[in-house]
Amino acid sequence: MWIYIVRRLVWIPILLLFVSLVTFALGRFGPGDPVVVMLGNRYDESTAERLRDELGLNRSFVVQYGDYMWGFFKGDFGESLRFRGRPVRDLILPKMWVSAQLGFAALIISVGIGLPLGFFIATRQGSWIDPTSVALSLFIMSIPVMVIAPALLWVGCLKLSWFPCSGWGGFFDSRLVIPAIVMGVPGIAGMTRIMRASTLDVLGQDFIRTARAKGLSEWKVNSVHVFQNAMIPIVTILAFSCAGLIGGAFITETILGIPGIGRFAVDAIFDRDYPVIMAITLIGSIAFVIANLIADISYAFIDPRIRLN
Amino acid sequence: MKFEFLLGNLKINDRQLPRFIQRLVRKKLAIVCILALLVLYTCGIFAECVSPYGYTDQDYSSILQSPNSDHWAGTDRTGRDVLTRTLWGVQNTLILTVVAMLTGGLVIGVTLGLLAGYMGGKTDGVIMRIGEIFASFPDILLVIILAATLRPRILELARWVEDSTAIDGLVRTGIVDYFVVSFALVAFGWVGMARLVRGQILALREADYIQAARAIGASTKRILFFHLLPNCISVIVVTVSMGMGALTGTEIVLSWLGLGIQPPRPSLGTMLLGAGNIGTLRDTPWELLVPGIAAFIMVVAWNLLGDALSDALNPKTR
Repeated sequence: MWIYIVRRLVWIPILLLFVSLVTFALGRFGPGDPVVVMLGNRYDESTAERLRDELGLNRSFVVQYGDYMWGFFKGDFGESLRFRGRPVRDLILPKMWVSAQLGFAALIISVGIGLPLGFFIATRQGSWIDPTSVALSLFIMSIPVMVIAPALLWVGCLKLSWFPCSGWGGFFDSRLVIPAIVMGVPGIAGMTRIMRASTLDVLGQDFIRTARAKGLSEWKVNSVHVFQNAMIPIVTILAFSCAGLIGGAFITETILGIPGIGRFAVDAIFDRDYPVIMAITLIGSIAFVIANLIADISYAFIDPRIRLN
Repeated sequence: MKFEFLLGNLKINDRQLPRFIQRLVRKKLAIVCILALLVLYTCGIFAECVSPYGYTDQDYSSILQSPNSDHWAGTDRTGRDVLTRTLWGVQNTLILTVVAMLTGGLVIGVTLGLLAGYMGGKTDGVIMRIGEIFASFPDILLVIILAATLRPRILELARWVEDSTAIDGLVRTGIVDYFVVSFALVAFGWVGMARLVRGQILALREADYIQAARAIGASTKRILFFHLLPNCISVIVVTVSMGMGALTGTEIVLSWLGLGIQPPRPSLGTMLLGAGNIGTLRDTPWELLVPGIAAFIMVVAWNLLGDALSDALNPKTR
């Protein structure tokens, strides 16, 4: 078990090294000179050269990269190029907080409805409920965000005037409703499918038959034996969903005017704001990799067969 | 990637392919999906013949018209026919997704999956680790970064080719856009396929008939492509179907961000972007309707088809 964890832990820095190198290289060798973007029409050769010097952009690639990563580990993500003089950390933290709140609201919707629904459907195998709901859930998952978000906006804001059209007012604000639905409902479908598949897998196993054979009540079989074991793979999915909370959802955020991290990331990519791109990509990857690790380890704790392999 | 979990316990026996087709035909939903895709794609491919308008035709006598008998899906603020533009957008999406699936999913993904699964050891480690690096970029941020940073470079290259050789019109035809988008999609698309094929190979590698083939001295290439590949077809078929749905979605996201096919060529993403802002929604909500439905049909039909295929191929749920 410990060897397994250590091996996973060793791999993480290597993975992140590659991710950071690729992002850094794409940013530096990619087109678009940030200095040109910053100066705009005040551009002239000598000012540009001075600015490059000041920002350290004409040092060698390795030095720049090393310098950046050293700062990153000390919690200094550099300064934004677009908003001169503002540390990246101060820029992105509030935006991440907004995205995390929104993501959490969406997660409540998808887990709260999806898990019980998936379990219910799985225990109703053979009736019409099962195939219908499976097809329906795929149907809902397939609606592109850039179609459903404007559609909901049209209904909820323009036609019925139930909600303000865009913006952000915190977790307990009516403006949260449309984005939370847009992000949460496809999640319901996903959760339902996964919970159903997982429950079916458990239902088909021998120990469930044994539990029934030794005379346990149906409720006890379902709640203790089936539900608990069906939750194992769900843990993974939940870990990934939590990592996704920081990532934000740039389409939803852009259409509905929410000042979250997803929208900020896309703006940064178009403005060649390298320090911001780097910070967001790295933080996103770290969250993702750690979620992956937690999921794998919790897997190993819950299911002894994995541990022994 | 969502579906990998569902495909995980798929163990398929391919000798039953004809029966699998019978089972698929019995699923009405799958047939409906195939028909919907066929109709939509055919209209898209023959957009030029199907529609009486061109995608840049501006008719100033009929701007901002709601759907009527002349313009079935209405017109936008410069009097262009929305249905015509949607069909051309479908054509673009079709070309890009098929190219990305053929190169990224089938050629790169399947080959790497076969190699990783069969070779094991270091080859396996290297391939899967590279895949893990690609997969550990947050969501489709990698695709966006790639498309955003590559486009100007490739445009430069195309201009250089035009200037220094007799080839002309590379930039004008928009071929560069197709190249950039499919490249970005390929980088994103191969990992899932490689993982699934590898999983299938790992299960098959120790099978008796593979050992027999090795014993009579079959070359690695022969074992990989003649003995192992045919036994992965069912996994590949399901992954292609679901992957096409995902690729279609990603392509629309890219063009929505302005990284796909550039105007004046229409793409579903740019149309949806234009239709999705609050001002346009207030004045001309129909601009969202037809492109939205077209995008939805493509994604949903591939996904439902993939689901039906995996059901039909999976002996467990029979």
